[in-house]
Amino acid sequence: MNRIGVFVCHCGLNIAQTVDVEKLANIISDYPGVVYATNYIYMCSDPGQDMIKEIVKEKKLNGVVVACCSPTMHETTFRNTVASVGLNPYRCEIANIREQCSWVHKDKKIATEKAVEIVKATIEKLKLDKSLIPLSVPITKRALVIGGGIAGIQASLDIADSGYEVVLVERNQSIGGHMLQLSETFPTLDCPQCIATPKMVQVGQHPKIKLLAYSEVEEVSGYVGNFKVKIRRKASFVDWNKCTGCGLCVEKCPVRVPSEFNELLVKRKAIYTLFPQAVPNKPVIDSNNCLYLTKGKCRACEKNCLAKAIDFNQKDTFVEEDVGAIVVATGYDLMDKAEIGEYGAGKYKDVINGLQMERLLCPSGPTEGIPHRPSDGKIPKEIVFIQCVGSRDPEHYYPYCSKVCCMYVVKQAMLYKNVVPDGQAYVFYMDIRCDGKGYEEFLQKGMEENKILYLRGRVSKLFKDGDKIKVWGADTLTGRKIEISADMVVLAMAVVPSKGVKELARKLRITADDYGFLTEAHPKLRPVESLTAGYFLAGAAQGPKDIPDVVAQASGAASKVDSLFSQDVLYHEPIIASVDEEVCVGCGNCVDVCAYDAIELDLRTKKAKVNSAVCEGCGACCAACPSGAMQHNNFSKRQIFEMVDAFVR
Amino acid sequence: MDNFEPKIVGFLCNWCTYAGADTAGTLRIQYPPNIRPIRVMCSGSVDPAYVLWALLRGADGVFIGGCRPGDCHYVNGNYKMRRRVTVLRSILKTLGLGDNRIWVKWVSTSEGKIYANTMSKMTAYIKELGPNPINKYWSI
Ligand SMILES: Cc1cc2nc3c(=O)[nH]c(=O)nc-3n(C[C@H](O)[C@H](O)[C@H](O)COP(=O)(O)OP(=O)(O)OC[C@H]3O[C@@H](n4cnc5c(N)ncnc54)[C@H](O)[C@@H]3O)c2cc1C
Ligand code: FES
Repeated sequence: MNRIGVFVCHCGLNIAQTVDVEKLANIISDYPGVVYATNYIYMCSDPGQDMIKEIVKEKKLNGVVVACCSPTMHETTFRNTVASVGLNPYRCEIANIREQCSWVHKDKKIATEKAVEIVKATIEKLKLDKSLIPLSVPITKRALVIGGGIAGIQASLDIADSGYEVVLVERNQSIGGHMLQLSETFPTLDCPQCIATPKMVQVGQHPKIKLLAYSEVEEVSGYVGNFKVKIRRKASFVDWNKCTGCGLCVEKCPVRVPSEFNELLVKRKAIYTLFPQAVPNKPVIDSNNCLYLTKGKCRACEKNCLAKAIDFNQKDTFVEEDVGAIVVATGYDLMDKAEIGEYGAGKYKDVINGLQMERLLCPSGPTEGIPHRPSDGKIPKEIVFIQCVGSRDPEHYYPYCSKVCCMYVVKQAMLYKNVVPDGQAYVFYMDIRCDGKGYEEFLQKGMEENKILYLRGRVSKLFKDGDKIKVWGADTLTGRKIEISADMVVLAMAVVPSKGVKELARKLRITADDYGFLTEAHPKLRPVESLTAGYFLAGAAQGPKDIPDVVAQASGAASKVDSLFSQDVLYHEPIIASVDEEVCVGCGNCVDVCAYDAIELDLRTKKAKVNSAVCEGCGACCAACPSGAMQHNNFSKRQIFEMVDAFVR
Repeated sequence: MDNFEPKIVGFLCNWCTYAGADTAGTLRIQYPPNIRPIRVMCSGSVDPAYVLWALLRGADGVFIGGCRPGDCHYVNGNYKMRRRVTVLRSILKTLGLGDNRIWVKWVSTSEGKIYANTMSKMTAYIKELGPNPINKYWSI
């Protein structure tokens, strides 16, 4: 016997404005199986929930439908409400009459009719809902952090300091990320190397952190609390256990190729460390450029290595790690200059990007902090910065704001003026957005004290004119055309997600937006979690941001991991597949279709068996089952048929 | 005929299309009211029998919404669904129910606008097509 209660929420006016909530409750009170129906202004408020509890007890309800907002908002809320008075939480269903009804329709009569049908269909589903009990599974209290930029470093340290083990996987040979490439950091102008290297060293020495540099995630299986991760340790051709880090090999290597760390401004060797403060500070051999590995001759490094650490036979190896949570902190890259035809398509040496300028301004960089332009090494006297290149340009490139450019451009112009006092810096901008703490003050200081000339407008074209770069732009505030003969131009290129992130997201089964930035479970309320349970997001991988925001988010992600690990068992959703052994004919369709290897065919009994801890509850096997033996808990075929009937009959 | 308001039953996957439909709501994008949404965990759980059932019971159209290729929360449920629907379409044709009453669309969480547009287009299309012949001729 069904004793169902229906609770219709007004959501202030959000629902009540377009759906006649009174009428809805009235109609529904006569529906078969319903013993009580009412409406209230805010069902999710304390008095609203208290009312539900009272009525569940008073009317001895065995099922509850709350007609309100989307289940993603309050399903858990109301399930907890009914559970607190002894009703099985899975006997509570949400009828979404806000997001998919009152908010998208204006006509009150039509919206009310539709709401009635939605509630009726939900009641039909509820009638057949089973009382389910969540499965409990143990949690492996170890975390994997992917990416060792400042985000990954902070997250690893926070988790490790709370006492849990961390495996940190970084694809480069050292951790540090982009922060280590920067000159000084806004808004305080402290040296990033000085503030980041102590943290890097801490990571390297922390007893709870296992640092796997020069490694990548190959495969992930399992689920929250119980992931199995296969990690590829790329061949470095150097036995890091033997290597003392003396650097003789690097000195002797005859090969010179552009250095990625220095943004291709200068050359590095084929055997190299990333930068002097690297952690771990061990070299790798770049197999694409090593003479021995490409042409079979040279071996200069091997001959000179006293520790006998060079090993040309090294192969990629794999390690497996068991972890309970995964933090993704894969960071960002800059959009390629070559994509912007009107700014020289990357062909002009003296048109550089923001990170190249950082290297030129960095006291420990290739020009020791005094910018020399790439073409001929001259110190530029007229320098033009162009903001928003590729950003905020939905027609051609990316619609979003890259967030850090306004601030680093004023920083770079200030640093430039410090070392080239007789130089002139021009900045072309669309808007200036300096919204952080101390940021506006930083901007004003930069503009006033350094006489940086800010010009509001777009640059239409750049072209080479002798040894200068001609900049054609407009100042939209004065309406003048502007032409500058610049010695060097810095393009604030759009910030984009780091290479390969979409493939990685696919492997991890987490989602990314159109551009590849990882999507959070909720933009406001769950900003550091992914929708897939057990995954957390940190840093620029989730969207462009500066270091203060990155660090805050990384600590947020770490504390989410900590709170997950503070439990001993994890409860697994019981909305999974189950087999009716009587009906199963052992065809094995379900086994083939399962993406998680959660179903086995018992060879002896010829019946399918679901591993309930592994089943994710997608329902694919149920759709594939020809006999109807495989059913999706609380999404059974009968339930769907009844819902369809409530709608169309 | 002019005031024919089709009934469209929708199967929306929990992780993308259902959330995309919610996004349409959050953005207050208006669309025709004809869709009757049923939330399923994944488009890959949509049994062809659901579609047949809906059509035999008189629905004028069936909409299936899943995550975009490669984005299915359960790896590849959306591909499984697409394969099943292809087979189902040919069966429907033989039955004379018309294969063009089933619409499949990938709608991601952020694509409220695409969801709303699809609903407008599909409703207009089914209006043009007329009611499900079951209702008119089969009288079951
Ligand atoms: C020109 C410029 C100037 C800037 N100046 C400032 C400033 O002055 N002040 C400020 O606050 N911010 C500044 N920023 C922003 C700052 O660089 C970022 O906020 C910060 O570096 C982001 O850190 P992250 O750890 O999220 O990403 P990253 O620094 O990009 O680190 C990501 C790490 O993950 C690794 N990785 C990527 N993919 C994988 C994978 N698949 N597997 C394993 N490892 C992977 C990468 O190798 C890298 O080590 C500037 C940015 C730019 C472009
Ligand atoms: S979860 Fe959306 S289609 Fe599978």
